[in-house]
Amino acid sequence: MNIGYYPGCALHGSSNDYEQSLRACLGALDVQLQEINDWICCGATAAHALNHKLSLALPARNLALAQRDGHKQLFAPCPLCSMQLLKVQKAVADGNGLRTELSQIVEAEVRGDGQILNLIQVFQTIGLDKLKAAVKEPLKSISAACYYGCLLTRPPEVVHFDDFEQPKSMETVLAALGAKTVEWNYKTECCGAGMTMSSEDTVLDLAHKILSNAAAHGANCVVVACPMCHVNLDMKQAAVEQRYHEKLGMVIYYLSDLVGLALGLSAEQLGVNRHFVTKA
Amino acid sequence: MQGNPGAQSNPESYPIEVLAHTQLANCYQCGKCTAGCPVAARMDLAPNQLIRTVQLGQTTTALRSRAIWECVSCQTCSTRCPKEVDCAAVMDALREISLAEGMVATSEQPVVAFQQAFLDNIRRNGRLAELELIAQFKTAVFFRTGRPAFLFKDAALAPQMGKRKKLHLLPGKARDRKVVGRIFAKCSKGPKE
Repeated sequence: MNIGYYPGCALHGSSNDYEQSLRACLGALDVQLQEINDWICCGATAAHALNHKLSLALPARNLALAQRDGHKQLFAPCPLCSMQLLKVQKAVADGNGLRTELSQIVEAEVRGDGQILNLIQVFQTIGLDKLKAAVKEPLKSISAACYYGCLLTRPPEVVHFDDFEQPKSMETVLAALGAKTVEWNYKTECCGAGMTMSSEDTVLDLAHKILSNAAAHGANCVVVACPMCHVNLDMKQAAVEQRYHEKLGMVIYYLSDLVGLALGLSAEQLGVNRHFVTKA
Repeated sequence: MQGNPGAQSNPESYPIEVLAHTQLANCYQCGKCTAGCPVAARMDLAPNQLIRTVQLGQTTTALRSRAIWECVSCQTCSTRCPKEVDCAAVMDALREISLAEGMVATSEQPVVAFQQAFLDNIRRNGRLAELELIAQFKTAVFFRTGRPAFLFKDAALAPQMGKRKKLHLLPGKARDRKVVGRIFAKCSKGPKE
C-alpha cells in the first residue's frame, strides 16, 4: 500500500524518533510512505494564534501539493498538522469564495478533497485483523494508558474522529497486539503542547497531572500518537519529577512503537532507545 | 489594571465575531468552558469571563488580558459549549488583534516572542529550523525582559538531545522558499484589513 505522507517539521526535527518508528513499523506492514514534494510548515499554533489567514494558507499549500503529487490519502502523523489540513478542507467546503482566494494566495489549485489520516486511522485502514495476524510478540507485559491529547478528537466538527470525551480507537489497536489498557481520567486532557519553551510552568503542571493519573490507574506506560505529547511527557519528565519531588519513570511510547514491537521489531529499529525515559 | 479601560472602546471596531466565525451573544454564562479549561487557574480572566467582557463591550480589557496568551488552544471549551460558541477561536481572534494593536500584556512577552520567532523562522526557511528558533526566541526574550538567566534555561537538555540524535545543525529547508515569502506577504494585511 502506498500512502501520501506529510511529516511536518517536528518529525524532521527533534521528534525524528517518531519518524523512525513510523517508517520501521509501517514498512514491516508493507506500507510505503510517499513524502509530499517540497512541503512547507503548517504554521502550527503560531499561525492560528497570530494570523488567521496564514493558518489557512500554509496547510492549503500542502493540500495543493499533495493533490499535485496525486495522493488521494494523506497521512499526517502530527495531530496539529492533521487538524489544520482538515480545517482548511472544511473551510473550503463551506464556500464563500475561500477556495479561489486560497488558490491565489498559495499559487496552486486548492481543491480540498482527499482523505487526511492520523496514525490510528492508518492502522484502521491497514485493518486490525491483518494487524492481529501479523503479531509475532504479543505485548503481554504492557498495561498502557492511551493518551489522545487534544487534537486527535477535537474539534469534533473538524476531525470527525472517535468519541471526543471517551475515545477508544487506540485501545482497540492495542487489544489487537495483545496488550492490556487501563481506564483513566486524562485521556483527552491537554499536555501544554507548544508551550514547552515559552511557558514551561504550564507544561510541567499539565504533564504532572497526566503522568501521575496514569500511574495511579496502574499503567506501566503511556501511549501517544503526537510528537508534542511525546516531548512534554518524555523529554520533560525529568523536569516534572524534579519540580514535584516524585519519581515517575513512566515510559512513553508512540503507538507505532508498540505496533512495531509486537511485529517483532527491536527497540533500536524503532528508535525507542532514543527516548528520554527508557525501561530500567 | 486600573479603572475600566475597556469602557470607551467600541467593540464593533474589532472584528472578533468575523475572525472567530461565532456568535458571542449566544453565551449564557453556564461556565462549562472554564470548568474544563486546563489552564483557567493561571488566567486573570477565566474563559467565560473573557467572553462576558467582550459581550459587554469592554474588549480592550480582553485584549490586554494575560489569559488570551495562557490559553493552550486545546479546544475543550469550544467542544463542550452547549451554545456552540467557539471560545478557542475567540481566543485566536483576541490574540491576533491584541498583537496588531500593541496591547500584549507585559508578563506574556515570552509566549508572544516564541510565536513571532516561529513564524519568522518558517517565513525564511519554509520549514522550522529548531536550533535557529531557540536562539531567536531566547534573544528576543532577553531583550524584552532583560533576564539573562532565560538565555541559558534548558541548556542542559542540549547534550542529552545531541546524544539521542535529536539536534540538527543543518535542518532541511523547503526548496521553493520564495513562494513561502509571497504567501506570508499576501497574508500580512492584519486582522482589520
